[in-house]
Amino acid sequence: MHNDNQPLIFELSTEGRIGYSLSELDVPAVDLGAILPSEFIRTEEAELPEVSELDIMRHYTALSRRNHGVDSGFYPLGSCTMKYNPKINEAIARFAGFANIHPLQDEATVQGALGLMYDLQEHLIEITGMDEVTLQPAAGAHGEWTALMMIRAFHEANGDFQRTKVLVPDSAHGTNPASATVAGFDTVTVKSDENGLVDLEDLRRLVGDDTAALMLTNPNTLGLFEEHILDIAAIVHEVGGKVYYDGANLNAVMSKARPGDMGFDCVHLNLHKTFTGPHGGGGPGSGPVGVKADLIPFLPKPVLVKTEEGYHFDYERPQSIGRVKPFYGNFGINVRAYAYIRSMGPDGLKTVTENAVINANYMMRRLEPYFDLPYNRHCKHEFVLSGSRQKKLGARTLDMAKRLLDFGYHPPTTYFPLNVEEGLMIEPTETESKETLDAFCDAMIQIAKEVEETPEVVQEAPHTTVIGRLDETRAARNPVLRYQKETVEV
Amino acid sequence: MKHRYLPMTEQDQKEMLNVIGVSTVDELFSDIPEKVRFKGNYNIKPAKSESALLKELAQLSKENANSDDYASFLGAGVYDHYKPVIVDHVISRSEFYTAYTPYQPEISQGELQAIFEFQTMIAELTGMDLANSSMYDGGTALAEAGMLAAAHTRRKKLLVSGAVHPISHDVVKTYAAGQSIEVVNVPLKDGVTDLAALQELIDADTAAVLVQYPNFYGQVENVQAIADVIHEAKGLCVVSSNPLALGILTPPGKMGADITVGDAQPFGIPESFGGPHCGYFAVTKKLMRKVPGRLIGETIDDEGRRGYVLTLQAREQHIRREKATSNICSNQALNALAAAVAMTALGKKGVQEMATQNILKTHYAKEAFEKAGFTVVFKGAHFNEIVVKCNTSVSTINKGLFEKGIIGGFDLGKVDAALENHALIAVTEQRTKEEIDALVQEMGALHA
Ligand SMILES: Cc1ncc(COP(=O)(O)O)c(C=O)c1O
Repeated sequence: MHNDNQPLIFELSTEGRIGYSLSELDVPAVDLGAILPSEFIRTEEAELPEVSELDIMRHYTALSRRNHGVDSGFYPLGSCTMKYNPKINEAIARFAGFANIHPLQDEATVQGALGLMYDLQEHLIEITGMDEVTLQPAAGAHGEWTALMMIRAFHEANGDFQRTKVLVPDSAHGTNPASATVAGFDTVTVKSDENGLVDLEDLRRLVGDDTAALMLTNPNTLGLFEEHILDIAAIVHEVGGKVYYDGANLNAVMSKARPGDMGFDCVHLNLHKTFTGPHGGGGPGSGPVGVKADLIPFLPKPVLVKTEEGYHFDYERPQSIGRVKPFYGNFGINVRAYAYIRSMGPDGLKTVTENAVINANYMMRRLEPYFDLPYNRHCKHEFVLSGSRQKKLGARTLDMAKRLLDFGYHPPTTYFPLNVEEGLMIEPTETESKETLDAFCDAMIQIAKEVEETPEVVQEAPHTTVIGRLDETRAARNPVLRYQKETVEV
Repeated sequence: MKHRYLPMTEQDQKEMLNVIGVSTVDELFSDIPEKVRFKGNYNIKPAKSESALLKELAQLSKENANSDDYASFLGAGVYDHYKPVIVDHVISRSEFYTAYTPYQPEISQGELQAIFEFQTMIAELTGMDLANSSMYDGGTALAEAGMLAAAHTRRKKLLVSGAVHPISHDVVKTYAAGQSIEVVNVPLKDGVTDLAALQELIDADTAAVLVQYPNFYGQVENVQAIADVIHEAKGLCVVSSNPLALGILTPPGKMGADITVGDAQPFGIPESFGGPHCGYFAVTKKLMRKVPGRLIGETIDDEGRRGYVLTLQAREQHIRREKATSNICSNQALNALAAAVAMTALGKKGVQEMATQNILKTHYAKEAFEKAGFTVVFKGAHFNEIVVKCNTSVSTINKGLFEKGIIGGFDLGKVDAALENHALIAVTEQRTKEEIDALVQEMGALHA
């Protein structure tokens, strides 16, 4: 990585330089004062930079060299499915007929786009085993909330207004309880048992006629398949609740098990994980939701339908929860996911899952002698180690994660799920070769040895990055959230 | 099966299964109960080779009329603007686009700094104290602003101006339903929020008034007057704003806005059939700790070097779970980067020049329509959209325009029965005088 500090773009600004090229105004240059009342005309300029095009390119190139992506190196960040982002997807999403079309154009002029969306829905219906899919949610969390709003509308349509509770296992991703709150529910936490799975006794105790839904991630965030899945669904269904599948981790089960066949009523997928939408440094994503028939009337508006005359958006949905997002979802990400599915085909998707699961189990077994493995059984796409053995020797999981940076790796997810002490959650994905996995395991093993022999090397890591450990307390105590030109006191 | 994304060879697989201690892949799936196990293959289309797929989807994309081939006067929240070519080059650097959220700051300084710069640019344009690192889009950003206002004031009513984009208005309603918050529509007068009616509607339970600036009909609202009225009742003033317009217009932050949101799509982000775009969220300092989503802050490392981190995370779902200020996790980071590059390329002078061109070209169109005998309704100040009254249905006119290579304006009859036969015409800096003249002439011919 690049080692010099990179100034802020504002610090590179020089009055009088420009980095743009607009056509000359070809209509009369009427004085703005004649069009806008003076109180609407800005008097202070926004302090945007003034830089040439090469300055801009150098700045962002320098910044990119201070950043690690999947293309830079291995990125085994658990629960994030950091697989290769195919370049063909990027090319296709940039076709003018996909990138430069307006969402309010006459439907007759965008039949290609609607056809693609419809076919993607069809593919996702088959993959999830659901009856209908909406592509509207912008990301996983947005999909969770959309589905919970539908569940709420379903219960209310049945006159069931007392269902105020959503059950969430303690190992669930933070968005699950947060989405329940935004949808107006109270969250009830379900315990995990000694195998890291949902504690059926606890679940039985907690369900009742106030249960709106259970949100379940399967495989769960420990990378374990919920073996009692049918019992879990039955317990919740018996009291009239719905079961919700957090499908962010679909990479582990494609062609092996479908949420729709496991008794789930709805599911969201993260197309920016399993289906190769690039993470983009934190987004944009796409979080389609699949539902069973009894939830279809509540789908967000509009619903894409196929008729004899072609595809069109149906807005006549009296029981719909309404709009969840302007227009029709993150189309550009959906195009990428579609290109991926079409590149893989049925055999490809099955192999994806098998190889992802083999890779994870292989790493787990290679690392098992050196780290604690709290849940020792076949994992799915990821597994969670505990750094408690190393912690006793003075090096925390955080230190080991920082030490991995010196080896050129992005560390695993740390301190999650919450039910593992000093957790290290490793998800290799299927696009990594055995050589890469071996090299990473070797690095982990070396770090485990360092903790025993030279713990300070780990405690003081990283040693080779462009910057050392950052003072997060200072950032939070005295927040500086923007650049401000120093003002000269007069 | 062999595939270019799948490096595992048969030999690899054999060795790996051996280390794992199983003899078949299936054993690794033995924890999936027999009853729910999926047998066989998905019934989906077979795999296509790289060039065959490119060809097929290129063909499919040509079934869509795009704004490179047509002169588009369609806006209503999504616009055909100048996109500096450099934007796509920057966001195509895969160190940016193949990275996750910058949870490991030591190897994510590039992303963190770029988004810190984005936050600064949005704060500068809106005149607000600070901005977050992005939201999904302008519509959900507005909804989240409404939720924030309700939580902050502990009140349960939102007044939404009738000139807020009707689709965003709908999104606000959906979010509000989840929180049992009442949404009340504020009527309009002459295409802008009716101040007297607003005053009438405000009561002790009003958390905020939500307005759009410039509004859905292209008119410039008097935000200051609205802010004064709602502040008197101790509610918040929430403004949804096209950030390009703020190159010229007085920023909401200088007119009493407590929260300013919107979509940065006009800055280098393709229309992309409505998404992904880039919501932004800016607030006054006093609301800093209530902001949804990620914030990037400046700090120093152990040797005193300046660096950037995700900060004030005690607001967020991964720390606070059900008590978080929002459920948002992934946002629109790459598009925030795109917008930052476009704002950098345009720079201090370019945003003003581009915003001015939008106003002047729209003004020119307005006069041309009037000269041709059309009525341009709503007489207040406009940015880059005007409402033109036609004699026949807008959809008929638009079909005729399409034949001539023009994508016409938005049919307002679709959202307001009183505005049947009215087109919302957007004129960006991309439209030439010839195209505007052609639009007016063709509409005149179709309208007669
Ligand atoms: C299991 C799980 N659920 C939900 C989410 C939320 O998804 P998103 O970030 O797209 O909102 C994630 C991703 O972080 C996840 O790993």
